[in-house]
Amino acid sequence: MIGYLVALIALMSLAGYFWNREAAKALRARGSRLHSLPSFHGSYAVALAALPAVIFLLAWLVFEPSAIDMLVRLGLPPEATEGKGPGEISLLMSEIRQTATGRIFGDPPEHVLAAAERFTRLNALADWALGALVFAVAAVGLWLARRSVAPAFRARQGVERVLTGLMIAASVTAVFTTLGIFASLVFEAARFFAMVPIDEFLFGLNWEPQIPIREDQIAGAGAFGWLPVIWGTLVITAVAMFVSVPVGLLTAIYLSEFASARVRGVAKPLLEILAGVPTVVYGFFAVLVVAPAMRDAGRALGLDVAPNTALAAGGVMGIMLIPFISSFADDALGAVPRSLRDGSLALGATQGETVRKVLFPAAVPGIVGGVLLAVSRAIGETMIVVMAAGLIARLTLNPLDSVTTVTVQIVTLLIGDTSFDNPKTLAAFALGLMLFIVTLGLNVVALRVVRKYRELYD
Amino acid sequence: MTVTNVDWRSDEVVARLARRHRRDVRLKLAGMAALGFALAMLATLVISLAATGYQAFTQTHVRVDFALSDEHIDADDPQRGNYRAIVGEAVAALFPELDSPAGLKRATGILSSGAQNVLRDLALADPARVGERVVLTVPVSDPFDQLAKGLVRRDTPENQRRVSDAEIALFDRLAEAGRISQPFNWALFTQADSRFPELAGLKGALWGSFYALLVCFVLSFPTGIAAGIYLEEFAPKSRFTDIVEVNINNLAAVPSVVFGLLALAVFIGWFGMPRSAPLVGGMTLALMTLPTIIIATRAAVKAVPPSIREAALGVGASKHQVVTGHVLPLAMPGILTGTIIGMAQALGETAPLLLIGMNAFITAAPEGVTDAATALPTQIFIWADSPERGFVSRTSAAILVLLGFLIAMNALAIYLRRRFERQW
Repeated sequence: MIGYLVALIALMSLAGYFWNREAAKALRARGSRLHSLPSFHGSYAVALAALPAVIFLLAWLVFEPSAIDMLVRLGLPPEATEGKGPGEISLLMSEIRQTATGRIFGDPPEHVLAAAERFTRLNALADWALGALVFAVAAVGLWLARRSVAPAFRARQGVERVLTGLMIAASVTAVFTTLGIFASLVFEAARFFAMVPIDEFLFGLNWEPQIPIREDQIAGAGAFGWLPVIWGTLVITAVAMFVSVPVGLLTAIYLSEFASARVRGVAKPLLEILAGVPTVVYGFFAVLVVAPAMRDAGRALGLDVAPNTALAAGGVMGIMLIPFISSFADDALGAVPRSLRDGSLALGATQGETVRKVLFPAAVPGIVGGVLLAVSRAIGETMIVVMAAGLIARLTLNPLDSVTTVTVQIVTLLIGDTSFDNPKTLAAFALGLMLFIVTLGLNVVALRVVRKYRELYD
Repeated sequence: MTVTNVDWRSDEVVARLARRHRRDVRLKLAGMAALGFALAMLATLVISLAATGYQAFTQTHVRVDFALSDEHIDADDPQRGNYRAIVGEAVAALFPELDSPAGLKRATGILSSGAQNVLRDLALADPARVGERVVLTVPVSDPFDQLAKGLVRRDTPENQRRVSDAEIALFDRLAEAGRISQPFNWALFTQADSRFPELAGLKGALWGSFYALLVCFVLSFPTGIAAGIYLEEFAPKSRFTDIVEVNINNLAAVPSVVFGLLALAVFIGWFGMPRSAPLVGGMTLALMTLPTIIIATRAAVKAVPPSIREAALGVGASKHQVVTGHVLPLAMPGILTGTIIGMAQALGETAPLLLIGMNAFITAAPEGVTDAATALPTQIFIWADSPERGFVSRTSAAILVLLGFLIAMNALAIYLRRRFERQW
């Protein structure tokens, strides 16, 4: 249906383009001096025909389901809805929808069958109405555009205004995405904090979200203190930084100061491959290779290594972040002015001394910015920890133990069950809000550090 | 200023110089070790995946004669035939000496339970064949596939492997009769997901990823170009423009799982879009890809020299005509390169797709953007979580397929850059 309507709009716009262009050409052939080129008159028709029709179509699609739902609900006999909560009514509505698609379970009551039939009828009616209205909107646009064709008409300005408007709308998408993220997180988290006090969430030391969602389920009493969860995140992040910062920095120093052009030409693309591997692949690598290897190594050393130790998840995350850190450090070292390097070498410092005592201190702000961004990445990284880290929140410093992370909890809380009315699923949004705030803060600080430092030498 | 006479040849100075050079060498060696470590990890990753994954590209099959007897199938209604009985009879014919039901059941277990489906598809496609005898090569079940590939070792104690000695003996008889073969595993690409490793394929995931990327491209490509061009060519230097720019940079660094939360709350929760649909997945990926495309567009537009714009303006073009007629075509290769790289990132993205339910168990390939589907990375996640041993090699194989696509896309981007890059 929607496909046909889009095709209809496209066809009408195309027709309008040629109609208007030929009309403008005819004017010119009769000796008028046109303000705008005929093709602009054509494009003006496209803008007038397609734009309102598309906007109308999208608005209709957004509002159609809820409008039809409301009509069907209002049409129900009063005894069917009397004294029922919103949950029961939405259950009834989904039963009506199921019945309307032909999936009938058992013996639905009379009013459900009638409502289902009305639902089907309204949907068919809505489809026809939509088709007719889209056609009408586009046709009116075409007619207006055709009427405007005249020698003095400034079609180019019109088209360019529309184009500029579209471009501004596209630019604002990014702002709306951020607002959407923030609004949805805050909205759902607020519902969570209505059920669980905010101080319990922020300062609680227990995280046991597996509360019963049906009355007959056996589960814990539930506790929603996020501290052990963020603690686990920090433990894994620390392990990742412990691997990636030294390795990444030394790699960058070697590649930018010591390596020959040929080694650089081979090593850099290889490191980029390491950066391009999807995180789900790293997760499988951690489970398949790294965790068993660590368990074996731990057994050989007489250590008790948990099957999903923080060391495996953090270590693999560290490997993932090596190219990230090394490319940032590479940029920072490369941005140090040549004069500093030459001055140091001219004074008799060795290459290593130049790196350690001149280039590195000068590049530290850039490197710190890169490390902060890497920390933010590690905190927000999901798939590696979902596959390789644990589920149980523990306040432990031992990296051999298994810990859980914010992202693991978000994913496990939302996989499967998604009714948005119990603290278990809503807790994921509270965690998401905290994650968003923490990573955003780190990014802002990191970008500021990097920019300040760039200004220093520019 | 005092000038001290230093004896540059004294033992002390020579020793110090040697020490300084040694430190240099140490730093260099440490750097080489770090690079070596990173590359060794890359090699381990690739080799371990290849070593476990290559085995999933073949699948052990067994050749069996089936009698599509009309006793079990009604030619008018082949959908309801008793295909289990046909398989059972065929196996009984292979091993005439087995007369106990338990022994026959064990022998039937060599064949994949997909054998029944193969027979049903055959009868459905051509009901006229009911009553005929057919010779088919059907997949063997996972434990025997593992046995044939040497992944289940015969010398492990019997109670520690999934196939008993008696079963191995039966399987070896089939092998001696020349009925066992190991052809290329086309099912990996022509079948959708299944509970049984020997039947599971990537078709559904490949289509799901295709539809999601299609939606992602259709939404993010025009929007990204429009936004990039506006910010680079038209936007006035204002507070509003600053906000937009900061926003785009920050958006690029928001954790992917947060985009999943956004999609779950807004697209599915508020707009009521279907769960597990590539449409929602593609919309989410589009939001994530948008910053990449905007940044690539701005870089490509910035690289077009001002002289081009001035020349066009000089002959009377309007600002919009300059952009659409000259700047955009010249910037296109750069934009396309950035877009392909963004699409490759989107293809590997997993976490947001998990939250919108694209990790469901779905045994049919999607036929449109609103059908429930999985995607390649989420399929990898599902298989990695499955306990059956056969899924280990299939997970690796799926990863190899995913990496193959990523390498192809990046190679295309590099080719485009090399081919069309211009030095002004």
